[in-house]
Amino acid sequence: MHWFVGLFPEGPIQTGVSMVVAAAAIVGAFAGLFAVTTWIERKGLGRLQNRMGPNRVGPWGWLQPMADGIKALTKEDIIPAQADKLVHTLAPIVAVAPVIMAYAVLPVGRNMVALDMEAGLVFFFAMGGIKEIAVFMAGWGSRNKYALLGSMRGIAQMISYEIPLVVSALVVAMAVGSLSLVDIVNAQAGYYGGILAKWHVFTPWGLGGFLLFLVAATAESNRTPFDLPEGESEIIAGHMLEYTGFKYALFFLGEYMGLFAVSGLAITLYLGGWRAPFSFLAWIPSWLWFFGKLFCFIALFVWLRGTLPRMRADQLMEFAWKFMVPMVVVNIVVLAMWHYSAAWRFPTAGLWRWVLCGGVLLAAYLGLSKLWRPWEPPSRRVYRYAE
Amino acid sequence: MGLTFPLIATVTWGAALAAMTLRRPVHSALALVVAFLGLAVTYLTLDAQFLGVVQVLVYVGAVIILIVFVIQLTRNVGLPSESLAVRPAVVGVGTAALVTGGLISCLVASPRFHIERSGEGTAPVKELGEALMANYVVALEGIGLLLTVALIGGVLIATRRPAKKGS
Repeated sequence: MHWFVGLFPEGPIQTGVSMVVAAAAIVGAFAGLFAVTTWIERKGLGRLQNRMGPNRVGPWGWLQPMADGIKALTKEDIIPAQADKLVHTLAPIVAVAPVIMAYAVLPVGRNMVALDMEAGLVFFFAMGGIKEIAVFMAGWGSRNKYALLGSMRGIAQMISYEIPLVVSALVVAMAVGSLSLVDIVNAQAGYYGGILAKWHVFTPWGLGGFLLFLVAATAESNRTPFDLPEGESEIIAGHMLEYTGFKYALFFLGEYMGLFAVSGLAITLYLGGWRAPFSFLAWIPSWLWFFGKLFCFIALFVWLRGTLPRMRADQLMEFAWKFMVPMVVVNIVVLAMWHYSAAWRFPTAGLWRWVLCGGVLLAAYLGLSKLWRPWEPPSRRVYRYAE
Repeated sequence: MGLTFPLIATVTWGAALAAMTLRRPVHSALALVVAFLGLAVTYLTLDAQFLGVVQVLVYVGAVIILIVFVIQLTRNVGLPSESLAVRPAVVGVGTAALVTGGLISCLVASPRFHIERSGEGTAPVKELGEALMANYVVALEGIGLLLTVALIGGVLIATRRPAKKGS
């Protein structure tokens, strides 16, 4: 990339060109990934449901994303007569733009980050916060009660799960002492015993934080089992109900790119970013590691979608406030214990640190599960306002 | 800087004006989003990175959503149908002018207003955090306590349970 930027004269033109190149790389790479992912998802879900999946367009259905794109582009663009035209039209754009901006701070390889912000982590979550506005605009602008219901559900869910998402990421920022994602990746350099990488996930607080982050991220990107905002069997498609053609596709693009972004953040925070897991594999290019990990995440999400049923709205809220929020707070305490027990000098101290910190997390998990009692039949739902 | 500031200022100003004048509350809220984003960009151009990003996170991500929920939940409360403007317009405009003028004159008079921008500006996230957690920790904890009390109060008001049938 540097040689290409070097072709242009120094000064504002060069700055502009390097900005355009970075933006084009992000948009091209991740939108391309979106196409590949729709194919993987259709094929994977097909296999999980004991059918073939797409197999008509191109070999093994490879060209299915192309066919989908052409179909979306040639469909009629319908705006409901009663809808608020401006808000309805702007919503899909607002859904996609902030997600693309969030990629700017994500390091996808060695020295491969568009913008090394000092407050990168906060920037990422701020861009995620704009998504809620888009969901509201889509639901309200459509003038359809199912769309409005779906968007309100979606916003409530996103707000509730944003807290565990941010706090579980906060643990990493506290441990590293920086909000810059580049610093966070650099903090995970080095190898235990010269072999196993020093990723955050290989510590008790990192493992707990990673699992909590994964659950919150699934909810935040509206994937099964948290796909209530769409809820095809209940409210048709939620906020996307009144959209057709390419606007509908834009919502999907935004959702999938949000999924990649939050997976990328999970990789950056806990799985060493673009770093290799073992020292003897460090010769593989860094960006290949990042995208390899990203594909593992995509496979995981497809698997989850094919396996788990959808949650009920009240279960979803209870899970967020009664389990996720206390767990992430306990995780901060565990981090403090891990930090201060680093001064232990007696033999087998490493083992005891693990026992202590892991024990606290496990006790919190078991205690909260007992308090919540998911194995008992859930109580009859009482409708307070709808009777 | 050049054209950047006038451009952002115009957009922010226009959006704020739209937020005040539009008839539908939801449109006002959405115009307010643009105004908040404009302010955030202004902070970013002033190298106040953390402040700008937090502006988006808190105001766009939380305050607007709060406003939107309030609009949705109180639509049937029944707002007065006549204009909400203060009737002798002179009183309203005079009060607004007095408050704005007072604020601006106080700001200009304060010695902090005249501090020169010191060289290459960097976002001092670390310094900001240290200041908050060391010098202003009492105020910070006080605000936290206040917000928690407000939250608990809100929950208490909201969960006024209907009288149980039969018991």
